[in-house]
Amino acid sequence: MRISLFSFALILSSVFSAVLTMPTTSRAFEVEENRYFGPKDSDALKILSTTDTDLLAPLIGSFLALNPGVAIDYTSVSSAELMKAVMLEGAEFDLALSSAMDLQVKLANDGYTLAHYSDLIDLVPTWGTWRNHVFAFSQEPASIVISPAAFAGLELPRSRQELISLLRKHPDRFRGRIGTYDVRNSGLGYLFATQDARTSESYWRLMEIMGGLKIRLFCCSGDMIENVARGDIAVAYNVLGSYARARKDLASRITIVEPEDYTNMMLRTAVVLRTAKHPKLAGAFIDHLLRAAWDTPDVPEYPFHRYPISDEAQNAPFRPIQMGPGLLVFLDHLKRKRFLAEWHSTVQQN
Amino acid sequence: MNEPLQTSGSLRRRLMLQLVGSAAFLATLLFFVVLGFARDVAQQTHDSILLASATSIMDSVSVQADEITVDIPYAALSMLGNVSNDRVFYRVSTRDDVLTGYENLPTTSQSVRSGHSAFDTLTYKGDSIRMVTSLRRLSLNGAPADIIISVAQTREGQAAQLAQLSRSAMQLGLGFFLVATILAIWAAQSSIRPLKQLTEAVSRRGPKDLRPVQRPVPSEMIPLVSSLNRFIGRLRVSLTRSEDFIAEAAHRVRTPLATVRTQAEITLRRVDRAENRASLREMIRAIDESSRAAGQLLDHAMVTFRIDSLERKAIDLTELGRELVDRLQPIAELKDIDLHFFGSGNPKITGDAILIQNAVRNILDNAIKYSPNESAIQVSTRQNGNTARIQVEDEAGGFVGMDTDALTQRFTRGENAAGTIGSGLGLTIAREVVEAHGGVLIIETSKTGTGACVSLCFPLH
Amino acid sequence: MRFLLVEDNISLATAVLDRLRMDGHVIDHAANIAAAEDFSATADYDLILLDIMLPDGDGRAFLRSHRNRLMETPVIVLTARSEVSDRVGMLDLGADDYITKPFDFSELEARCRAVLRRHGGDSSNQKRFGDLVFNPLAGTLSVGDKTITLRNKELRLLEIFLSGPDRIYSKPKLVDRLFSYDEDVSENAIEVYVGRLRKHLSGSGVEITTVRGLGYRMSLA
Repeated sequence: MRISLFSFALILSSVFSAVLTMPTTSRAFEVEENRYFGPKDSDALKILSTTDTDLLAPLIGSFLALNPGVAIDYTSVSSAELMKAVMLEGAEFDLALSSAMDLQVKLANDGYTLAHYSDLIDLVPTWGTWRNHVFAFSQEPASIVISPAAFAGLELPRSRQELISLLRKHPDRFRGRIGTYDVRNSGLGYLFATQDARTSESYWRLMEIMGGLKIRLFCCSGDMIENVARGDIAVAYNVLGSYARARKDLASRITIVEPEDYTNMMLRTAVVLRTAKHPKLAGAFIDHLLRAAWDTPDVPEYPFHRYPISDEAQNAPFRPIQMGPGLLVFLDHLKRKRFLAEWHSTVQQN
Repeated sequence: MNEPLQTSGSLRRRLMLQLVGSAAFLATLLFFVVLGFARDVAQQTHDSILLASATSIMDSVSVQADEITVDIPYAALSMLGNVSNDRVFYRVSTRDDVLTGYENLPTTSQSVRSGHSAFDTLTYKGDSIRMVTSLRRLSLNGAPADIIISVAQTREGQAAQLAQLSRSAMQLGLGFFLVATILAIWAAQSSIRPLKQLTEAVSRRGPKDLRPVQRPVPSEMIPLVSSLNRFIGRLRVSLTRSEDFIAEAAHRVRTPLATVRTQAEITLRRVDRAENRASLREMIRAIDESSRAAGQLLDHAMVTFRIDSLERKAIDLTELGRELVDRLQPIAELKDIDLHFFGSGNPKITGDAILIQNAVRNILDNAIKYSPNESAIQVSTRQNGNTARIQVEDEAGGFVGMDTDALTQRFTRGENAAGTIGSGLGLTIAREVVEAHGGVLIIETSKTGTGACVSLCFPLH
Repeated sequence: MRFLLVEDNISLATAVLDRLRMDGHVIDHAANIAAAEDFSATADYDLILLDIMLPDGDGRAFLRSHRNRLMETPVIVLTARSEVSDRVGMLDLGADDYITKPFDFSELEARCRAVLRRHGGDSSNQKRFGDLVFNPLAGTLSVGDKTITLRNKELRLLEIFLSGPDRIYSKPKLVDRLFSYDEDVSENAIEVYVGRLRKHLSGSGVEITTVRGLGYRMSLA
C-alpha cells in the first residue's frame, strides 16, 4: 500500500470547483488491484479501498463465511484516486475504505455517503465515528522508525524533544540520514504534518533542524521503513506504525518509537457510498469491521494492532485525529498552499 | 315528590371543565411559548457560533503581495463540529471571484454592509442549512474590495435539539396541566362544598321541621337561601292553614251531623210506630256511614301525607297495642266482646307511631264491627326473628274464599260486611302504613277457623 | 250522674242535654270557656264533656287550666277532627278520653263508665231496689251476700229497668238501646237477655214480668 504521488492540489481544486459541472468523461481513476471474493454468479458488494487487498483478505473471508452466497468485489486504489472516482466520476461502489480521514470526512460532509445505524456503533469510541456516516476501524500511529544500528551508543529518543536534542548534539551523525514524507505529494504525510503543526510548536522546530540536516523526503511509509532497515537513513519521522509493525521480516533492524509527548493516531475509516446498490450489505460489512476492531475478544484475522481505547483522547499520548469539519480546513486549497509554502521553506533551507 | 329532577348538568363538573379547559389552554400556550423561546435561543446560539466561525475566517483574510489570501483557522470549522455533527460548508469570495470553499453555496438575498453579517435559512444539496454571511471591505491595490464570507451548517443537530426541547416543553406543559387539573378538582370541590353542606343540613331535617335555614352561607348563596326560607315560610303558613281548614271543615260538618243523630235517637225513643222507627234507624245508619266514611277519607289523606315524609322514631309495639286495646275496650264491651291483649316482650320498631296506631286501630275497629255479640278478639304482639308482629284475631267469620289482595284496595268490603257500617278503607290504610314501614300485611284465617287473623309485620328497630 | 257539657253549638247542646236527661242524668251546659270555668268552679260534676272548638278559645286551653287548678273531674273531649292528628295532643293535655262527633250515646255511656271506673268509681252511685244492690260502674249485682258481675248487655238492660221500675218497656225500644243501629237484630234476641237477667234476679224479690203484647216490666214481687 502506498499513498499516491498524484497531485492533491489538482484533485482538490477540481473537486471544489466543479463537482456538478465536471464531465464524467475525464480520465478514469487508476486502479491498483482488483480482486473478487466469493461466488461468481452473485451480485457482489463493491468495495473501493486504499487498503492493500492482502491485509483485509482474512476479514473479507470471515465475512463471506458468515454470509454465504455473498460476493465481494474489492478494488484497491490510492486515496486521491478514491476521491476522484467518487466525487468526479460517480463510480458506483457500495463502500469506501480509506486511511485518508480528511477525505472521508469530506465525502460525508459533501453528501456522498449514506448513514448507517447499528448496535455495534456503541462499541466505537465517540471520536471513532462521525454523523453515523464515517466509522473508524483501526488506530494507526504516526511513529518514528529508527535504525538501532545508527543509534549505537546513543539512547533511543522517546519523544520529539529527545529527538531534537539528539539531532542537535550529533548533527554530523544524522546529516542526510533523516527521512519523512514529502507532504506535497502524500496525502497521509500532509495529514500527519498538519495535525503535528496544529498540536505542537515543536513540529516546526523539528522540521527546521531536520531541514538543516538535509532531510530526505519519501513518497510513502514502505520506502522509509526499507531505507531505515537498510541503514540508509537513521531516523524516519511520521511513518505509519501499522506498516512498520507489519514488516516482521525487518523487526530486528528497525525500532518503532511512538512518541510519548503525543502520538497522532490515524483512523482508517469506512463509509457507505450514496451510490451503493447494497447499502444493507455494506452496513453489515462495516459492522463486521467494527466488531473486529472494537469488540472483545480479539479476532485473529484483524490485521491491525489494537490500542487501548480512551475517550479522553486529547490527554493520552495516543491522540486519535479528530474527525469533523476541522479536517476540512486543511483541505482548503488556500490553506494548503500556505502550509506547503511554509513547510517547504522550513525543510528546504538551501 | 320522589320523581327524579331533570338535571341541567353538574355545577361542579361545569366548574371543573372550565378550570381544566383553561388549564389546558394555558398549558398549550405555555408549550408554544417555551418552544418558541427555546427555538429562538437555539437559533441564536447556533447563529452566534456560525458568526464566530465566519469572524475567525474573516480575521485570517489578509492582503499579501497584492493578493487576497485566506488562512482558515482550524478552529473556525472545528468549533462547528464541537456543537453538533452537522455538515459544514463555507465560501470566501470577492464580488467577482470565489476565492475558496464551496462555490455553489447559495448567496444571501440580504444586502450586507461592511462589518456586518446576515443570517439565512436556505436549502443546499437538499438539506436545510443555516448560513451566516459576513462582509468586510479591504483595500486592494488602492481600490476597495469586498470580502464576503459565508459559513453554513446543516440543521440536523438543531432539529434534534429542538425535538428534545419540545419534548421537555411538552412535559412542562403536561406537568402544568396535571397540577392545574388537581387544583381545579380541589377548587371545584371546595367551592361546591357550602352547597353540599346546605343540602345535607336541609335533608337531615325531620319531616315537620319547617324552620328557616339559619346557618351562614357564602354571599352568592344568600339569594337562594333567602328564597328557600321564604318558600319554607309559605309552606308552613299554607300547611297550617290547610290543617286549620280541615279541622274547621270537619267541625262544621260533624257538629250538625251529631245534632241530627242525637235528635234522631231522641225521636226514636219517643215514637212507637214500626215504620217510623225503621226510617229513623235508617237515618242514624246513614249518618254513621257518612261520618265514618268522612273520617276514613280524612284518615287516609292524613296517612298518605304522613307517609310522604315518614317520621322515624323508636316505637314499642306492645305498649302501642296495649294502649289501643284500652281505648277500644268500651266499644267492645258494648257487644260483650272479650277483647284481650297479649304482649310478648317489647318488640321495638322504627316509624311513625301515629300512623301505626291508626293502622292497627282500623283493623281492630273492623274486627269489633264485624264480630258477633259475645265473641272474642285477641290482640297480641310478638317478636319473630327480625320481625315484630302485631296481630288481631277475631271470630267474625273471616275472609274465607276472598281475594285478600283485593280486600286491601280502596272501598272493598268483606262479604260479611253487609249491614255493617264502613267504607272499607281500613285495610287499605293499614296496608299502606305497613308497606311504608317496609313491612307486610298478612290476612289469614284464624287458628280456630272461625274468624280472620290480620297481622302487621314490621322489620325490627 | 252529673255532667257538664261545654259546647258552643246550641242545637247540638240542646239535643245532647235532652238525650242525657232522658236517661236520668243531671246536666249543665256552658257555651264557652268562661262559662265552663264558672260552672266547674261552683258545682261538682262527675264528668265534663268538652268540645274543642269554642268561640273564646281552644278547648285545649280549658283542659290546661282545668288541670292546673288540680281539678280531678274527668274530661271526655268531643272532637270533630281526624283521630290521627288530634288523639295524642288531647291525651297529653290531660283528657281522659275522647269521642268523635257524631257519637253513639251507647258508646258515650260506655266511655263515661270506663273513665269513671278508672277514677275509682263512686259507691254513692249504687242503686238499691228491693233486696238487690246494683253498682253500674263496677257492673256488679248483689243479692244478699251473693255478688255477681253482669255482662254489658245485662248491665244496661238492668239499668233501663231500674230507671223506671213498674214501667213497661217494649221489645223494639229495648233492642234500640241494647244493640247498635247497624246490627240487624230480631226483637226476640231481647228474650235471651231478659231470661239471663231473670236468673240473676232470682231470690232477690225483684222480678221481670212479661206483659203480653206490650213488653217487659220490672217490679218488686
